[in-house]
Amino acid sequence: MKLKLKIWRQKNAQDKGKMVDYDIEGVSGDMSFLEMLDVLNNQLIGKDEDPVAFDHDCREGICGSCSLFINGEAHGPDRLITTCQLHMRKFKDGDTVYIEPFRAGAFPVIKDLVVDRSALDRIQQAGGYVSVNTSGNTQDANAIPVPKSDADKAFDAATCIGCGACVASCKNASAMLFVAAKVSQFALLPQGKIEAKRRVLNMVEQMDKEGFGSCTNTGACEAECPKGISLENIARMNREYLSASFTANE
Amino acid sequence: MSWLKKTFSSTIGRKFAMALSALFLLVFLLQHFAINITSVFSAGLFNELSHFMGTNPLVQFLLQPVLIAGILLHFILGVYLEMTNKAARPIAYAQYRGSASATWMSRNMAYSGMAILLFMSLHFYDFWVPEIVYKYVEVNPEDPFRYYEELVHKFQNPVRIGLYVAAFVFLSLHLLHGFQSAFQSLGARHPKYYPLIEKLGKIYAIGIPAGFVFIALYHHFFHA
Repeated sequence: MKLKLKIWRQKNAQDKGKMVDYDIEGVSGDMSFLEMLDVLNNQLIGKDEDPVAFDHDCREGICGSCSLFINGEAHGPDRLITTCQLHMRKFKDGDTVYIEPFRAGAFPVIKDLVVDRSALDRIQQAGGYVSVNTSGNTQDANAIPVPKSDADKAFDAATCIGCGACVASCKNASAMLFVAAKVSQFALLPQGKIEAKRRVLNMVEQMDKEGFGSCTNTGACEAECPKGISLENIARMNREYLSASFTANE
Repeated sequence: MSWLKKTFSSTIGRKFAMALSALFLLVFLLQHFAINITSVFSAGLFNELSHFMGTNPLVQFLLQPVLIAGILLHFILGVYLEMTNKAARPIAYAQYRGSASATWMSRNMAYSGMAILLFMSLHFYDFWVPEIVYKYVEVNPEDPFRYYEELVHKFQNPVRIGLYVAAFVFLSLHLLHGFQSAFQSLGARHPKYYPLIEKLGKIYAIGIPAGFVFIALYHHFFHA
């Protein structure tokens, strides 16, 4: 298969960057999208050119490292998968493929297709945890009864891999689906209820500080999320936030 | 009260305020329609209701200012949110397939909202301004039978009818997303009742604008 690639190239954070055209031949339908980029990079290195920088790690769809906005969609045209799980059989011979970084003011480009997603880490650090006693008398988590439906919902929320596809897909570059998933996974469980009010207030405050947009409920984040995180989590976060705002002691 | 300021300065708090003003405007629009539809089957009832709304001090000096404040809040907050949301992505994508994951209505609320605001300027010029001038500037004696004739007269101009129809198409598009979006912003989304909210939203978003269009066309064609 022969493809025309239009790839965002940017030397560093200060560089303006531009779309650059590359022609690639011999692409197999069985290759993953990242393997296709590996082939391109081998060709570029062979020509003594700078290879395209892109994020990747596990290549098994679970680490959340890979990103890429492919032909106008986060993680490409397939649903419920990350870029590393996207296969070239999804494209046709002669196709033009646009490859861009996840774009948001809160995700500055470091180089080419690599963006700094540490804003999501800072949101997590602001409250996305539970404080547990680790002095030797930690209670067995299984000793605390949790209704099955709550456990299922918490688990669904916890499957968020923090890749940032929700931010990249949202027309407002909003991080609400990510934050909502992190708030929900604890809010639904007894262990998370103790710090629930402070958690949601702090995480939303940090999210706003990072410069993400607000949610206008388009649903693009849910549709493009590789883990299928539901909009119900955003509604839950809205309830948690509003309730905490009016009832928290601080 | 710094906590209150903080709440309504947050992205979630602002959406909450947006949703509350939206629900208020939805209720207002419903009562507006309920009064206007009476003009189709009873000129007398329409005059009676309009006279009540136009002269009752509670409606005139409490509900009317609250309504104007609600419209202004919804509009100003909407523009502010749109501007801050645009700023959240300073560099646009070379290719963005918004339609692959979200409806046109949800992605263009600012534009449909602008179209509605333009229509409201015409509506205020047509009905509200003359009403204020009649009552409070010229201080004319109250005529409880003038409302029906005024309504019919306004709907004789085909250009105005065209603008009304176009505006209500935009209102319908705005509400097709806005109705259920307001509930989502309030946190009211659950598999048990959300399908009902979606159905009610569609009925309201299509039914009420279609009803207003019907009233305009009815008076245009049957009272020419």
